[in-house]
Amino acid sequence: MLKLIGIKKTFNPGTVNEKQALCGVDLVLKEGDFVTVIGGNGAGKSTTLNAIAGVWPVDEGEIIIDGVNVTRLPEYRRAKYLGRVFQDPMTGTAASMQIEENLALASRRGLRRTLKSGINAAERERYRDRLKILDLGLEDRLTAKVGLLSGGQRQALTLLMATLKKPKLLLLDEHTAALDPKTAAKVLEATDKIIAGDNLTAIMITHNMKDAIAHGNRLIMMHEGRIIYDVSGEEKKNLKVSDLLQKFEQASGGEFANDRMMLA
Amino acid sequence: MNIGNLFNALPGACAQGLIWGIMAIGVYITYKILDLADLTVDGTMCTGGAVCVMMLLNGHSVPVALACAFGAGMLAGLVTGIFHTAMGIPAILSGILTQLGLYSINLHIMGNKANQAISVDKYPLIVSLRNIKGVPFYKNTIFIVIIFIVIIVGLLYWFFGTEIGCSIRATGSNPNMSRAQGINTDMSKIIGLMLSNGIVALSSGLYAQYQGFADVNMGRGAIVIGLAAVIIGQVLFGKFVHNFAGKLIAVALGAIVYYLVLQVVLWLGLNSNDLKLLSALVVAVFLAIPYVKTKYFSRVSKKGGADRA
Repeated sequence: MLKLIGIKKTFNPGTVNEKQALCGVDLVLKEGDFVTVIGGNGAGKSTTLNAIAGVWPVDEGEIIIDGVNVTRLPEYRRAKYLGRVFQDPMTGTAASMQIEENLALASRRGLRRTLKSGINAAERERYRDRLKILDLGLEDRLTAKVGLLSGGQRQALTLLMATLKKPKLLLLDEHTAALDPKTAAKVLEATDKIIAGDNLTAIMITHNMKDAIAHGNRLIMMHEGRIIYDVSGEEKKNLKVSDLLQKFEQASGGEFANDRMMLA
Repeated sequence: MNIGNLFNALPGACAQGLIWGIMAIGVYITYKILDLADLTVDGTMCTGGAVCVMMLLNGHSVPVALACAFGAGMLAGLVTGIFHTAMGIPAILSGILTQLGLYSINLHIMGNKANQAISVDKYPLIVSLRNIKGVPFYKNTIFIVIIFIVIIVGLLYWFFGTEIGCSIRATGSNPNMSRAQGINTDMSKIIGLMLSNGIVALSSGLYAQYQGFADVNMGRGAIVIGLAAVIIGQVLFGKFVHNFAGKLIAVALGAIVYYLVLQVVLWLGLNSNDLKLLSALVVAVFLAIPYVKTKYFSRVSKKGGADRA
């Protein structure tokens, strides 16, 4: 489904702020894989997702989604294959537009936009049904402006928008990090439900090791722009937080104590 | 200070306000919907009039002349859009560049003259400052411009409800989200800028007919008048309108209020040379209000707590 071959990216090349963010990332995902990604700050987790999404062009390497080489496609053309949820709840939705308008925009991802009406009655019913999955009461507030929703509600809505039109690949960039624990758990539960229900291929970045172990069928750890650990199947199921900590300390030489990675 | 003079001047102020109301609707598209401050309009507010007058002087009909003015405005918007998106120049600077270039182009359009007059006696102009009082209502400039506004608001209401229109609104609201949903945000901005400048140029075409000439300086400070109308409309009528068409009409009403107030201060004895200074100050004050309100007059509220969760 996804193939990353030798992805390299350096920010601010030739300046004092030069930072090699990705130093040759190789990754192959099978259809239906749900990968959790962990790693310290600056490990290249978000950078990898942004490279896949095409936020900026990569310096080296190839990105292939479902057999299509998208390496040189602009961000808005790649959106056809991707569903994305961001860390900041404000990023994924248009605040000044209604809930149903946001969903209507999302349902046309990858399609040619024409002078036909931006939303129709049949769609509204479909959106109402989908919103019920979230169990947040949003199905009764279709015409409310998204700006009025809480961070958790917006994040849940973004998740729904990302999966409304089934994506080849779902990219979740610490999408529960900005939420309170209770809301985070709810959004994570909805995430599991949608990924399992639609049999999606997904990559989820998290700072929470327990979540990383509990969710998905595969786990990778990144460090300094490389994938240093890749585990799946039974081995992943039997992982413990202490195993990950040990692994991380091996790789980073003990700098772990300063990191904001959550131990809980 | 004869109150009769003021009342005599009011219908004219009203007509002028309505014509500038169309212009302000154009500004609304970039400033409010796309969240761009587009200074191109200072140039297009002359280009439209220049094209319209020259076409009429060369024997074309009013509808053809206005259509060409609209097209010329769209071209100007396209240039600004390309500066901004394909060449990565900040929006404000892109507008200033186009506006400056348009000064020369406008002179060329008007046959290298700074001013081209057109007489309502010799040409079948649809609006004129002479057609405000003592003419049948269907010839009255105020009535005709209202028809224009109704049609423009209707068309824009339809357009911004279509898939393309929605993606332009999304681009203005959140460009990152828009790209993630497969919207070509560069294209959205270009379409918005073209539409906006087309409408401004149409308004300019009407304004040139109204005053009986096109002048190379007629667009100077247009953006400020447009913003004034948008802001006054929002402040005075924002509470009563909730849908998109209502907001556009509020903008047009804002322009009328602006011209009526102008007429009153002139009647009170303000030197007309000071008008632009006054306009700039009024717009500065209105633009500052929301910021000042939140910064200095916000009620102290507790952070956190269940009621804010």
